[in-house]
Amino acid sequence: MAKSKPRVKVPKSAKAGEVITIKTLISHKMESGQRKDKAGKVIPRSIINKFTCEFNGAKVFECDIDPAISANPFFEFTAKVSEPGTFNFIWVDDDGSIYTEEKKIEVN
Amino acid sequence: MKFTRRQALGLTAGAAALGFTGLGSSLAFANAEDTEKRIMEFTGGKKPESGKITLTAPEIAENGNTVPISVSVESAMSGDDLVESVMILAEGNPNPAVATFHFTELSGEASATTRMRLAKTQNVVAVAKMKDGSAYSDTRQVKVTIGGCGG
Repeated sequence: MAKSKPRVKVPKSAKAGEVITIKTLISHKMESGQRKDKAGKVIPRSIINKFTCEFNGAKVFECDIDPAISANPFFEFTAKVSEPGTFNFIWVDDDGSIYTEEKKIEVN
Repeated sequence: MKFTRRQALGLTAGAAALGFTGLGSSLAFANAEDTEKRIMEFTGGKKPESGKITLTAPEIAENGNTVPISVSVESAMSGDDLVESVMILAEGNPNPAVATFHFTELSGEASATTRMRLAKTQNVVAVAKMKDGSAYSDTRQVKVTIGGCGG
């Protein structure tokens, strides 16, 4: 399949202690394992099964994903920022591939 | 053996009915009991109370492939007043599990939005598990129109 391309939206800067909203999207067909091809054979499941967001190495948000999540999985969640640092975003594919993205944030 | 026209028609109808029941059971959609069982496993046998948690979903989803849903839980997100995880379930999907969100103190708020698949008109359930062991749930019915003309 086409390479999964993550897209993440994080504000460039925030006030200390502010709760910011993060939006993430990754291109992935999220084959549910329920569909059948033209010959009537079940198309095997192939999804992203886990998404994690970390800030300076500490876990912020994590999601266990089941096949009922739509293609190109989208997540919006919040994070409390008290210091400048880096957000790391990690997606884990059923086939073992890992897709990552990072975003820096300033605190003023 | 010879059939009259009437007998032959009756037999065909009967065969068709049998065919339908066979198909129905092979689809094996998840049901409310399976969902209930998963909720109990998630909360550790505790029946979730209503309140605190809000599930937002459209009343009518024109396309069952991408249904936006949001969940938010009232919580200070610090100390013992912390939402550990929120599980989303769809009663009428082939597999009721949709996603489980895990929050931490760094989340700031226990709220998340995603997009999910719905096989048909059904109830969507969100269950929150708090750090102190209590559990809350909210249910929304989403009508799914296939064909996309809005119905």
